[in-house]
Amino acid sequence: MEQYTTHIKAKTGWFDIDLKELFRYKDLIWLFFKRNYTTIYKQTILGPLWLIFKPLISVLLYAFVFGNLAGLSTSGVPQFVFYLCSNALWTFFATSLTQTSSTFTANAAIMGKVYFPRLVMPISSVLTGMLDLGIQLAMLVIAIAYYSFNGYNFGLGWSLLLVPVLIFQAGLFGLGCGIIIASLTTKYRDLVVLVGFGVQLWMYATPVVYTTEIIPRKYLSVYMLNAMTPIIECFRSVLLGTKTLAWHYWGLSWIVTLIVLTLGVLLFSKIEKTFMDTV
Amino acid sequence: MSDTAIKIENLRKQYKLGAIGGQTLNAELQSWWARVRGKEDPNMKIGQSAEHFGESFWALDGINLEIKKGEAVGIIGGNGAGKSTLLKILSRVTAPTEGDIWIDGRIASMLEVGTGFHGELTGRENIYMNGAILGMTRKEVDEKIESIIDFSECRQFIDTPVKRYSSGMYVKLAFAVASHLDAEIMVMDEVLAVGDMKFQKKCLGKMGDEAKGGKTVLYVSHNMATIRNLCTRCIVLEKGKMIFDGDVEKAIDIYMNSHSSDLKTEYDLSTFKRVSADLGRKARFKSISILDRGMARFRTDEKMLLDFKWTAHENIDNVLIDLSLKYADGSAVGYTDCRTMLKDYSAGDYETKLEYDISNLAEGIYIAYFHLSEINESNELRDLDQADQIFFEIVNDSMEKTNWQRQYWGSVRLPQLREV
Repeated sequence: MEQYTTHIKAKTGWFDIDLKELFRYKDLIWLFFKRNYTTIYKQTILGPLWLIFKPLISVLLYAFVFGNLAGLSTSGVPQFVFYLCSNALWTFFATSLTQTSSTFTANAAIMGKVYFPRLVMPISSVLTGMLDLGIQLAMLVIAIAYYSFNGYNFGLGWSLLLVPVLIFQAGLFGLGCGIIIASLTTKYRDLVVLVGFGVQLWMYATPVVYTTEIIPRKYLSVYMLNAMTPIIECFRSVLLGTKTLAWHYWGLSWIVTLIVLTLGVLLFSKIEKTFMDTV
Repeated sequence: MSDTAIKIENLRKQYKLGAIGGQTLNAELQSWWARVRGKEDPNMKIGQSAEHFGESFWALDGINLEIKKGEAVGIIGGNGAGKSTLLKILSRVTAPTEGDIWIDGRIASMLEVGTGFHGELTGRENIYMNGAILGMTRKEVDEKIESIIDFSECRQFIDTPVKRYSSGMYVKLAFAVASHLDAEIMVMDEVLAVGDMKFQKKCLGKMGDEAKGGKTVLYVSHNMATIRNLCTRCIVLEKGKMIFDGDVEKAIDIYMNSHSSDLKTEYDLSTFKRVSADLGRKARFKSISILDRGMARFRTDEKMLLDFKWTAHENIDNVLIDLSLKYADGSAVGYTDCRTMLKDYSAGDYETKLEYDISNLAEGIYIAYFHLSEINESNELRDLDQADQIFFEIVNDSMEKTNWQRQYWGSVRLPQLREV
């Protein structure tokens, strides 16, 4: 049967994702990415300016509530920069996760009518989050430049090269968690409600508005099982020069990330072919 | 290189009846835990036995088919025969439960026009979007965009967001993109022929060109005329099985006379439960049958003959039978009655034969509601008994009449306009 170009078969293997085909659909990934953007900001007053206002407002709020009212330590880093830095990476992870988790349910109408590699959708969602992240990083660079000019030493160095690696890891982890939930939501709708709430709780289980310094030493190894903890801590350490124990747990965090991602891709490839029957 | 475009081997698709997913995780865990302990499932309806729960049916049951390159194959069958399931599997929207399909060449499936269209994007952006979803690369769309815009007849509005388009323009644009797909195998659903009369002709013409231009075409339709026009071979599906494969005329003939449980011709109403106790008290329908055919399927040029058996339990003045007609989706179509039978009936059994001219109904499935009524002294119509849900189907079988656009034109063909 070699002369045939496509074989549609009943049983799906555990790893049935055609990466070459995925690459052929790169234009579609790009178009979904563009669509996500152009449609959000059409017919709005501020348009893309929202991309700047949204993080700015959250960061100012964090600084006020957690920095001033609660008095949480920021390891001596100026509060604004600290929260901006944490928020940038966390929002990227959170949007990757939530956007990906609704892949099947939100796009059932399209996916019920036409075939394309289903992974196109989650990937373009993660890319969409990347643009938000880019803008926040630009704001961070400006802030760092401003504070350095005023005499604060962030201790920037070669370790900055790890920034893209950490971002990449956060993206993979978000994608992994997202597609696991996406695969399960085709059958269990109550997970959709849980996602928004869960991500919010998760933020407090991750050192976004505080540092790991306040975690008792004996709980640290359990606490670090949350792959996002070392990622955020290391991210801040690289950019803001904070001291952290999280580097020891970075390898563990990668292991968790890869396990979650593999599990996600396996579940996804198992479900993507028949999800239309259950969604 | 073989000359086979699609080869389907023992294809089966199973759907579960009842609760497909739909349960919450908690409920599923409960059911699972009960099964593990060998107890009764707490989520099963009372009286539902374990064997029946999770019962499944085969939407497709052992399809074997080989389609040669360049063939235009029509697929016909009643509702639930498995046509859409077959198309869905071929276009890889869902996977089969058993069996294999081998395809040689790129397959373009058009089950719907305008998939992925977004209201906020302009016509041009949507062409790229829709093209990419259908599997075109950016370069391919670049090459074809001018021709697509011309075909769509929307050049003037091409840089306007499509949410400002009229519904007609929207589908024209969508069809224009779909029809420019460059695949060797086209899988098409009849809904594709859209828009006004003129554009429909254009769409069908384009599909015909594809079929005649050496492409392999799989075409699903309820419209026998377009099947005749486009296809060289025709398959009849019934309850997931292929009951005929071959000559188009023969296939249409078989389809017109094939059985379908919805379209039965005999209705026994003697024991049928009425919606209110008042109905059937003074007079009662015993049975209704549709005469002269094995199933309630009609061509547009035919007449429906009905036979009513009914009983008057007492002497009743001014009795007649009336009909309110609904479309399959429940929307009202029209009302008529039989004034000629209007007279006084004494207690006893009666048989009334009525003829109903259906020539002005557009194709589709209809539901008839017959009432046995009396007209009282104050000239009001009062129902004595009713016979609900008599289903029948009208099939378009004439060349002149193109696909009927129910959403724009309703269900009734008005009398022809005449020059004076």
